[in-house]
Amino acid sequence: MSTDTPSATDGEPMTEEELRTQVAELEEKVAALETAVGDDQQKMTIVATQGSFDMAYPPLILASTAAAFGWDVVVFHTFWGLDILHEEKSKDLKLSAVGNPSMPVPNAVAALPGMDMMATKMMQKKIDENGTATIEELIDLSLESGVDLQACQMTIELMDYDEDDFYDGVTTGVGAATALQHMAESDIQLLV
Amino acid sequence: MSDEFDITETLDVKGASCPMPVVKTKSAIDDLDEDDVLEVVATDSGSMSDIDGWATGTDGVELLEQVEDGDVYKHYVQKTA
Repeated sequence: MSTDTPSATDGEPMTEEELRTQVAELEEKVAALETAVGDDQQKMTIVATQGSFDMAYPPLILASTAAAFGWDVVVFHTFWGLDILHEEKSKDLKLSAVGNPSMPVPNAVAALPGMDMMATKMMQKKIDENGTATIEELIDLSLESGVDLQACQMTIELMDYDEDDFYDGVTTGVGAATALQHMAESDIQLLV
Repeated sequence: MSDEFDITETLDVKGASCPMPVVKTKSAIDDLDEDDVLEVVATDSGSMSDIDGWATGTDGVELLEQVEDGDVYKHYVQKTA
């Protein structure tokens, strides 16, 4: 380290020019080290397990925003979360009225037939009025911006889905080990 | 509003809410050249904090100014690399 840098060990004080040269050399070394250390790109892995209308939003919003930050993003969809990537089912996700503390009705009323549908319609209307993107828009946006949307292979088989049922660009044929590998490499890991 | 910089392009995201103002700002910036300034016009009040946070956490962009103009929030983002 010390052998290739001009030094003042021989007694002569360094001139300003020598100092400048030394600073420039050190700056170059730091830059090279920074490159070598990598890869300062942030990585995020989200595991999406829920397939209700309201729970589809948080992972998609975070994923598409993280992609706008230039992060490397993986969303691993498993169990009911798979429905978010299912082209047909994603358009028909329901909000659950029962056991939902945000619903303005008691559970006994929420359990009546048609209440989930009504709650979903109300939420859908609010989303439209608020200018909030649709689930389909967020999926397209995420895929366009390089988010890796993954569909758990075990759940695909468990639910009797076909790989063609999912949006184009969705990654299939992946399992828990793939998800864990991404999580281990990630700066941020979230379970939704 | 400042006249210290020239606006290269204006992005209208009025009516859109989170995460659209940030996501669309990012893709508009990608299409610009270095030193270009993007004006983002939004109605989402959260965009004041969100675009600030995005610009701080993203390489190659600088937030020059944010202006609240009635119901409209204007952001000026420069592409620096």
